[in-house]
Amino acid sequence: MSPIAYPTSWRRPPQIIRDRRWRIAVQLGILVYLALAVSTVEVNWARVYEGLDRGWNFVLGFLRPDFTSRWTDIAKGLTESLTMTLTSTVVGVAISLPIGIGAARNLAPRPVYYLCRGIIAVSRALQEVIVAIFLVAMFGFGPFAGFLTLSFATIGFLSKLLAEDIEDIDAGQVEAIRATGASWAQVVNYAVQPQVMPRLIGLSLYRLDINFRESAVIGIVGAGGIGATLNTAIDRYEYDSAGAILLIIIAIVMVAEYGSSHLRKYLQ
Amino acid sequence: MTEISHHSQVWSHRTPRTRLFMWVGWLALVALFVWCWQIMTRDTIWFFVADAPRQAADIAGRMVPPRWSYLGELWLPLWDTINIATLGTIGGVIMAVPVAFLAARNTTPSARFLRPVALFVIVASRSINSLIWALLLVAIIGPGLLAGIVAIALRSIGFVGKLLYEAIEETDQSQIEAIEATGASPAQVLNYGIVPQIMPAFWGITVFRWDINIRESTILGLVGAGGIGLKLQASLNVLAWSQVTVILLLILATVVISEWVSARMRHAII
Repeated sequence: MSPIAYPTSWRRPPQIIRDRRWRIAVQLGILVYLALAVSTVEVNWARVYEGLDRGWNFVLGFLRPDFTSRWTDIAKGLTESLTMTLTSTVVGVAISLPIGIGAARNLAPRPVYYLCRGIIAVSRALQEVIVAIFLVAMFGFGPFAGFLTLSFATIGFLSKLLAEDIEDIDAGQVEAIRATGASWAQVVNYAVQPQVMPRLIGLSLYRLDINFRESAVIGIVGAGGIGATLNTAIDRYEYDSAGAILLIIIAIVMVAEYGSSHLRKYLQ
Repeated sequence: MTEISHHSQVWSHRTPRTRLFMWVGWLALVALFVWCWQIMTRDTIWFFVADAPRQAADIAGRMVPPRWSYLGELWLPLWDTINIATLGTIGGVIMAVPVAFLAARNTTPSARFLRPVALFVIVASRSINSLIWALLLVAIIGPGLLAGIVAIALRSIGFVGKLLYEAIEETDQSQIEAIEATGASPAQVLNYGIVPQIMPAFWGITVFRWDINIRESTILGLVGAGGIGLKLQASLNVLAWSQVTVILLLILATVVISEWVSARMRHAII
């Protein structure tokens, strides 16, 4: 009688695709796709090699940023960006409140619900940069187009999260307020608003942070702000000024992130 | 039965002091808003703003009907766009994994020196949008797909690194201890104690970032980094609005499909 051969090592069984043949097919498919994808990327290595010098200059510019020589431009771009961020967040939040309430299934009648969900879907599907291109074409260059773009993007983001938050609230409190004979507006004011307020404030602060980051991008297509200044600096190959602008953006984003996380902890 | 004779007998949510503070807070916000609004609109030409509805109607009139015959020229740029997103995600993830292990408090080799460096890399990569990375890289290594791929990869480091290091910090300590108790070396602890715990999070984050990258790579062409954005830029430059419609619809369809694929894949993983 031969002894039973016990396995001496353990291997974790595969989790997602159990069938061995399917697994191999999927792995082969991925390999073929990667080979195809890499082969269609045309790289002009001579140009890349030439550019390494410039890349090094950029790294140097980052290490020795030049804040002074373009300071008036930087200050102007920064003021535009910061004011645009604040105004667009305030207006965006103000518009998202009714849309968010309308998109909550437990508060709004069906037609209103579908209308508000439609608005949210449109606002979320279009990217900021593409919206900015259209709004710049309509309203002319400058921070006003940027303000409209960011407000529009804020609506999709905030209404969706607000609506989901309202749908998640404790129904018992709503019922209790309704049992006192409260009207719809009173239910929203006394049962819904206290439950979602902390999260709404947190989301608004988070959106403020995102809007600042986005304001640096939409300037590239002509919507004002620090992005326009950065674009000009890179076009002129002034890497020390570009480095200074990028460092300012990073610093403000860091301050905003830490500030808003502390503020949120304090408010909740 | 006693009547309410004094207002202090009426229940109210907040004390008068808190209410006063809240009013001052709201007032300050309104004042700040008005002040910022005035600074922002100092150089606005209101004639253009008043003219906007006419312009909008004009553009809308030029956008329909879409020029569907243009669709044939778009398949190759679309393939490029998907490649930018996929290869960029792979590159970004490869760079993000070591950064995440350096940034996590329980796996970093030196909390005093390497951890702040890793955290700075994550913040720097997260604060700069991929379009700005692309702008820089096009100036440095020339226009083309490579600039787009590197831009997406650099932007992904911060996102993947941040979420991954949070996942590493949240790993269950007792499993790691159990592996350590068997006499495993630090590398074995990493391999058998930590990696299996973060694997689902890792794949979820990667697929999620891939989905975002598809979205972002569609516009990278605006600054010359290849893909369907190049066609968008070309059409905008010649004011061919009927082609712009076709491109936007194709981008929209791609984004919706990639979102669906990523949702299905994350559902299968988690």
